[in-house]
Amino acid sequence: MALTQEHIQQRLTEKFGDLVSNFETPYGMLSFEAPKDQNLKVLQFLYDEADLNFQFMTDLTAVNYPDKPGRELAVVYHLHNLRDNVRIRFTVYSDINSPDVFTASKLFSAANWMERETYDFFGVNFVGHENLKRILNVDEMDYFPLRKEYPLEERTRIDKDDQMFGRG
Amino acid sequence: MTEHHQHHIKLPEGSIEKQTTTLNVGPTHPATHGVFQNIMELDGEQIVSTEQTVGYIHRAFEKLAERRPLYQITTLTDRLNYCSSPLNNMGWHLTCEKLLGVQTPKRVDYLRIIIMELSRISDHLICNSIMGVDTGAYTGFMYIMQYRELIYEIYEEICGSRLTTNIGRIGGFERNFTNTAFTKLEKFLKEYPAALRELENLFTRNRIFMERTIGTGPISAERALNYGFTGPNLRAAGVDYDVRVHSPYSSYEDFDFKVPVGKTGDSYDRFLVRNEEMWQSLSILNQAYKKVQEFKGAEAEVFHADVPEYYLPKKEDVYTKMESLIWHFKIVMGEVDMPKGEVYHSIEAGNGELGFYLVSDGGRTPFRLHFRRPSFIYYQAYPELVIGGMLSDAIVVMSSLNLIAGELDA
Repeated sequence: MALTQEHIQQRLTEKFGDLVSNFETPYGMLSFEAPKDQNLKVLQFLYDEADLNFQFMTDLTAVNYPDKPGRELAVVYHLHNLRDNVRIRFTVYSDINSPDVFTASKLFSAANWMERETYDFFGVNFVGHENLKRILNVDEMDYFPLRKEYPLEERTRIDKDDQMFGRG
Repeated sequence: MTEHHQHHIKLPEGSIEKQTTTLNVGPTHPATHGVFQNIMELDGEQIVSTEQTVGYIHRAFEKLAERRPLYQITTLTDRLNYCSSPLNNMGWHLTCEKLLGVQTPKRVDYLRIIIMELSRISDHLICNSIMGVDTGAYTGFMYIMQYRELIYEIYEEICGSRLTTNIGRIGGFERNFTNTAFTKLEKFLKEYPAALRELENLFTRNRIFMERTIGTGPISAERALNYGFTGPNLRAAGVDYDVRVHSPYSSYEDFDFKVPVGKTGDSYDRFLVRNEEMWQSLSILNQAYKKVQEFKGAEAEVFHADVPEYYLPKKEDVYTKMESLIWHFKIVMGEVDMPKGEVYHSIEAGNGELGFYLVSDGGRTPFRLHFRRPSFIYYQAYPELVIGGMLSDAIVVMSSLNLIAGELDA
């Protein structure tokens, strides 16, 4: 029996109840969210259950939403069940002032560098990660460049007027 | 007859401390074929530990992309895996099309497949011939380069550039393939099989090459999956995951091809898988060219979807017609707002699953764009592949993984 999105949603709600929420299927991919302290439990459940079998981590990254107070940082996991060929997207939100999220690197070796990259650019503190240090940027950097509060252009430059590019 | 004496240097126990040597392989080193560093701890020739440092050519593409309309991002994707830029370009256009809901005509899909398979061949032939260089056989590399030249000439004919191609548009191509392009493709399809056969003969049953690659840098299927390996490196470990088969895009479902797999996941298997994939790509190319030739009359002139909001108008119209000039400006400056949504699209690039995660808030530029770069994800497994082995083997393992610095760093 092929694994359906309804089945995944049903299994998750049976196990986690109201903790898993916001089930959607944008562009055909089942997406949902959970509280950030539940992330490992959800990942482990998806990994262990024989009928779910999400044992391949495709991608891990973060998104910064400055307009969502208390949920400024979203850590996004893309998981893949290679046997039934189903992909899902799982998101946890965190406050930007206490960006602690449990590490998935014990479950997926692939998450090791992806979490380092996410830490490097967004400052998400992956609790329990063995080697959480910057990976692409220099170690001396004291900010997290992909957060929206850091503008792309140098602020001292006056020759580049945003208004002229319709980006005011 | 003199008595033969054997001389030994006898030192008291513990008088020489066992020492390890630290060796920096990279950031600029002929063996890394790109800018990244390995700090290796060596005991004699054996590797005790190694740590990779990446980020030397980090260019902040993801931040830049947040301020660029869709077409200005294509040029960023060129610079990811620069051995197969057209694959990245196509992946990006397909992502945009998924977000915007653009349907492409069949002929466009087939033309794209021609370009994608050509660049897969150009990617794999670099990797395999460089493995030859690293095991001491330079000839194959020098010889096969002229066939990559043939591929680059085809790119040139279609988009005007060779390395960072910026090929294609949302919905199709900038212009129809010329007859010269098809002639060049025919020439390549005719000449390349013999050359590939020769390259194969230089290596596959070559005793030196086999001794250097069999059993070096092996990885099991379980570990490879756990490490997020994709592409030829995963298939060498015995997992037949291929995005072209699992999530077909650009009409790959119309084609008949095999997904070669290896067994042990060592350097030799990675070589064999890439080699076989080139044969499969040739087969796909032949099928695609045949399918393209079947279009007759007006259908044979179709090279883009009818999406004036996203497809740049013809250049001569831009110079002569007001309407076209306005649209050109609007598209280039990103005056057309994108739909809201989150989209993930991936393609089978030279090194595996190249994914684009695009979050759009309905503005003119992506709110967030993340590249899933296969090299970056599998390079973290490198210590596990080489620790306990010889330094010289580690170099071959590195080239067999096909690490591209541009893709590591983004």
